[in-house]
Amino acid sequence: MQPVATTFFFYLLAGLAVLGGVLVITRRNAVHSALALILTLLSLAGLYLMLYAPFVAGVQIILYAGGIMVLFLFVIMLVSIEKSQKEEQFNKLWLVGLLAAIALGGLFIGVYVKGKALFPEAKVVLEEGNNTQGIADYLYGHYLFTFEIASLLLLVAIIGAVVMAKKRI
Amino acid sequence: MPQNYIPIFIFLAVVGILIPLTLLAAKLVRPENPSRTKLMPYECGIDPVDNARGRYTVRYYIVAILFVVFDVETIFLFPWAVRYKALGVFGLVEMLVFLLILIVGYIWIWKKGALEWV
Amino acid sequence: MISNFSQFFTLADYAMVLPIILLTLFALGILLIDLMVPAEWKWSNAVTALIGIAFAAGAVCKAQQNLRLMESPFVLSGSMIFDRITIYFFYLFLAGAAVAILTSVHYLEVEHEHRGEYYSLMLFSVVGMMCMAAGYDIVLIFIGLELMAISTYVLVGFLRRDRRSNEAALKYLLLGAFSSGIFAYGLSLFYGLSGTTNLGGIGQALARHMEANQGHPSPVAVLALLTTATGLLFKIAAVPFHQWAPDAYEGAPTSITGFMSVAVKAAGWAMLLRVLVWGLYPLRSVYVPLLIFVSIATMTAANFAALTQSNLKRLLAYSSIAHVGYMLLGLIALASVQYPAPAFFDGLKGILIYLLVYTFMNLGAFAVITSLRNKDVIGDELDDIAGLFQRAPVAAVMMLAFLLSLAGIPPLAGFYGKYFIFLSLIESQHYILAALGVAYSVFGLYYYLKIANAMFMRPALDQERLPISFGMKTALGISALLTVFIGVYPEPFIRAVNWSLGIVHSGAVAELMR
Repeated sequence: MQPVATTFFFYLLAGLAVLGGVLVITRRNAVHSALALILTLLSLAGLYLMLYAPFVAGVQIILYAGGIMVLFLFVIMLVSIEKSQKEEQFNKLWLVGLLAAIALGGLFIGVYVKGKALFPEAKVVLEEGNNTQGIADYLYGHYLFTFEIASLLLLVAIIGAVVMAKKRI
Repeated sequence: MPQNYIPIFIFLAVVGILIPLTLLAAKLVRPENPSRTKLMPYECGIDPVDNARGRYTVRYYIVAILFVVFDVETIFLFPWAVRYKALGVFGLVEMLVFLLILIVGYIWIWKKGALEWV
Repeated sequence: MISNFSQFFTLADYAMVLPIILLTLFALGILLIDLMVPAEWKWSNAVTALIGIAFAAGAVCKAQQNLRLMESPFVLSGSMIFDRITIYFFYLFLAGAAVAILTSVHYLEVEHEHRGEYYSLMLFSVVGMMCMAAGYDIVLIFIGLELMAISTYVLVGFLRRDRRSNEAALKYLLLGAFSSGIFAYGLSLFYGLSGTTNLGGIGQALARHMEANQGHPSPVAVLALLTTATGLLFKIAAVPFHQWAPDAYEGAPTSITGFMSVAVKAAGWAMLLRVLVWGLYPLRSVYVPLLIFVSIATMTAANFAALTQSNLKRLLAYSSIAHVGYMLLGLIALASVQYPAPAFFDGLKGILIYLLVYTFMNLGAFAVITSLRNKDVIGDELDDIAGLFQRAPVAAVMMLAFLLSLAGIPPLAGFYGKYFIFLSLIESQHYILAALGVAYSVFGLYYYLKIANAMFMRPALDQERLPISFGMKTALGISALLTVFIGVYPEPFIRAVNWSLGIVHSGAVAELMR
């Protein structure tokens, strides 16, 4: 099956992701930054869809945009930030920072353009429509111990959250 | 496969263009005469008393973070559910171990009172 | 599609991961039992944790006996590698955690933060460390790293009412999360280059890649190495990724500072060795110059920064960073030579012995500082340890032993760590580095003796005796005994380290080294 207009969609989604990223750091209002971050996350979900990984795209939207960004907004609500809206957005060295970011970006582009031939063809080709099943095969087969340790990681996150945040435990 | 998502993209594009277009059209058409009384936030007819950003309890945050963690647990359940038959009893036991560890966590936060809302 | 999933977990695998399973069960048990334990009996959680560590040590012993029967060290379909070095690191983590738990009981009572979650989190942290040391799959190593790190972030911030503790946890969390992200990016690039997440597979793919390019790695491989090294060096607190260490060590509860500086560092080293020596060995022509720069910068920055510190915990934090610099010299020696050369084994031996002696002498030093905390005195500053000889003479003498051992003075344990490292440097002909290492060791003597001077020569600020609890006495006793014993009679320990390196002679691993 031939995908449709891949280049157009890739540049659109990538452009939206970068736009969202730039908006995150330049907006003064923290809620606007959070919404721009949601824009970035949704464009990434679109990119995953183009890579024939609907499960990962779904998880990205449910978890990242739906859970973690809600957390962000809660924190923005809990912390009073009128002060930060009146402060300077960038410090005096913003030009140095911009040049360093451009240099790093140039470095990455150079490395990837020169090394493009190195990355082997995708070793794991998941059949269309079988993304979730393919992930299940790996997660509960090859990586099963890692999966169990991941549950411990979630448990520690729960303990940590309650220990640090609750007033009286 | 990604072709199936084109209708969603068309939908998002239409929304993304239509709503700003409507707001822009409204902004161009309506008169703009702001005055101090018109711009004040509405508080049942009286003058606003306090800052909108008061102190919120941290309970909302704890609930949100517990939601995220248990949401991740649910995400892990989806692939298992899809391959339930092939994974068989082995997969069931594996998933039960995973869930049991998180149920211990759930019992702990319940007894610690993190789920109290009063 | 796979039809039979139970092929992935056999009985042999179960026997090998039994230590991890036991620690998990005990940690979950402590979480649940703590809900029913009244306030005066909270020390029973510590006892449960110690029993759990004892059971886990027994399981490691059983696994050690099973080692002889295994044809290949890889278990769990290649996710974990269970060779003798793994066993060595497991014992080291368990010992470090046990002594740290012993020092915590009285300290937490004084701080009014005596909760069961503390011991539970320490046990989870040890589980994460075991996954890092035994992991042979980059996903497992990363998850183990995150498990250990998140438990440690919470433990560092455990004194919830103390601002310094909150600040320390925040700094550690932010820098740690950032470096974990960069580390994951580097690992993803290695996956892209090799098509597998197994360290052995990555090593073979990189070896083929280096051969195809006549020994010059492509820019992508170098980028992957740099980003991976960022995460690895952060965990062991090497310069320029050491900024979190002084603040985290100073703000954390002192018993956790001891635990962090010893067990977390050992786990960071285990991960560093696994990834650089077992996985990225073909890239050693790239990372050896990088490590030379990092180790010289680490020794310099840490030694000079420690000179001006007045806070004991910060001073010992910078001294920890300096010790990491010395250990990196051992890694440079081992990576600079071809596989079966003596410098390879001596470098590895040096790092392993250094971690062993460092565990006990550093835990001992932090135990003494922990015991200084009582109702009104925080016990961090140099002034608080002044005159310790009058207040608690035994503790002061033990502290002197720990300080001299940290400096590397001969009849004490620290000497042997440095000895093997400098031996391996000379064998691999890095004479300048060896001279620098020795010079900085002598340089470091100044700040260790500054503490000793405060203890013995200055008068105490208050004259009453310092009460030292039973758990603390046990911890101090074990640390001091081992520090002196290893220094005076190192034979059994050197033999243990030689045993743990024995598997390196096996064919399968030799294949990877070429």
